[in-house]
Amino acid sequence: MRHGATDTAGSVGIVTPQTARFDEPLMLACGRALAPYELVYETYGTLNATRSNAVLICHALSGHHHAAGYHSETDRKPGWWDEYIGPGKPIDSNRFFIVSLNNLGGCHGSTGPTAINPDTGKPWGPDFPPLRARDWVHSQARLADRLGISSWAAVIGGSLGGMQAMRWALEYPERVKHCVVIASAMKLSAQNIAFNEIARHAIQSDPDFAEGRYLEQGNLPAKGLGLARMVGHITYLSDDAMAAKFGRDLRSGTLERGGEDDVEFQVQSYLRYQGSQFSGSFDANTYILMTRALDYFDLAREYGDDPVAAFRHARCSFLVISFSTDWRFSPARSREIVDALIAADRPVTYAEIEANEGHDAFLMPIPRYRELFAAYMQRVGDA
Amino acid sequence: MRLDLTRIQPWIAPGSRVLDLGCGDGEFLHRLQAECQVRGMGLEIDPGQLTAAVSRGLNVVEQNMDEGLGNFPDQSFDTVVMAHALQAVHYPDRVLDEMLRIGREGIVTFPNFGHWRCRLYLGTRGRMPVSKFMPYSWYDTPNIHFCTVDDFEALCRSKGIRILDREMVGNTERRPLLAGAWPNLFAVTAIYRLSR
Repeated sequence: MRHGATDTAGSVGIVTPQTARFDEPLMLACGRALAPYELVYETYGTLNATRSNAVLICHALSGHHHAAGYHSETDRKPGWWDEYIGPGKPIDSNRFFIVSLNNLGGCHGSTGPTAINPDTGKPWGPDFPPLRARDWVHSQARLADRLGISSWAAVIGGSLGGMQAMRWALEYPERVKHCVVIASAMKLSAQNIAFNEIARHAIQSDPDFAEGRYLEQGNLPAKGLGLARMVGHITYLSDDAMAAKFGRDLRSGTLERGGEDDVEFQVQSYLRYQGSQFSGSFDANTYILMTRALDYFDLAREYGDDPVAAFRHARCSFLVISFSTDWRFSPARSREIVDALIAADRPVTYAEIEANEGHDAFLMPIPRYRELFAAYMQRVGDA
Repeated sequence: MRLDLTRIQPWIAPGSRVLDLGCGDGEFLHRLQAECQVRGMGLEIDPGQLTAAVSRGLNVVEQNMDEGLGNFPDQSFDTVVMAHALQAVHYPDRVLDEMLRIGREGIVTFPNFGHWRCRLYLGTRGRMPVSKFMPYSWYDTPNIHFCTVDDFEALCRSKGIRILDREMVGNTERRPLLAGAWPNLFAVTAIYRLSR
């Protein structure tokens, strides 16, 4: 997959996650309060003397704090956005102090459904409070306070991360200078929600799900979660990308007679692999919680359903990027963001990147994407 | 910087809002921002040019003018500039209307197809002119709507568009006497400042 794009750029090297504990209750959008809670995060680069070079990375549905570098010498894979974070890369760790956290409700170390509920002594499971993107933003603001960051040079996110970045611009206008929104949308379409519903239904239909109390019973709804991921994965790729990667290639048997095996086409094998990998590393309740947060996200709802009125609250500049074959959050969704920003008289830069990779393109090393992103981040650093 | 852009600069008030349609690598808008403190925004569809303009610190939106400019509110800019793009759009008349809907004033520059060299080329060779200034063959060119100075002014009259100022650029950088006196024959580039 590497296009040699990062030949001249380096890695942040070995990184160690840190944990911040918060005892003061966090008031959530659902009306409940959460306390205490922990956020696990990583940082790359150095905070400058004026504390003006801090950048926040907001992760997507299945993301986490480990965005760049390696956890050990033997780590095979780097963080999920290593193509774009590191020395000499668009989010340059030589210039910026980069903060990447696992969101509340996550399953990679921050307090979430797999954590112990202090009231019961058992895992939270399905009782973990439902979260909205704004809850993440408020918890991230507290992490910023803890780190001594009064204002972000940029808040950056792709997909669900882009929604958090936009919410930051509205909730804390004075604390964001630049907002980078990649492959995102102001709200989900009915089709998006439908796909999320299939994913949740797959999980909830697994007998091992046990109404979400699988941890208490020592089970995992691996089949359901795997199936959820398989469906999701199809929506992250484009028809073209799947055609190029798998086509109609067979793993076994023949096109004339079929085969004896369960898995015949290469694409079947790929999806099953993705499903089983994911179900071993992700929590089903977190997946349900995150997809619900996605479904309910609606940037402009509280501003009279008027995105222009919403963005008038922002004080930052925006970079919006979309990808030509992304059908989960299509370029049309990004154009809606851009048009609202233009009408609200906010500074905005927008590009639709030609890419075959579908929604997943935002993670991929694509030359034009990298150059544009780097050019914009240059300005973020100069400010 | 290109001569037509140098001539435009005095027409742009310091601190005003400027939309540059087809801003290219942003050289002009960048200069306006640096020297006139304008609040600028560019539209561009070429990926390389767009990135170059972003590198200059400009706000640029990838948008094809031929698909409309309806996303820009009425009178949201002081000046809308379109330099050397009129001849490349599908509906130059509609773009002119849109420029003066979005901006208080519009500035347009275009190559004058009525220039004597074009006429001579066409008249003597019977072929579409190809020159250093218009280097494309007829079948492979972004320039699909060439016009003359007189054509353009006739369009403005028919649309009720007021010509506030016009400047003609001749063959040389010296005072363009001939281009000023007989622009349709001697202007290489025509520059107009327009309003409703």
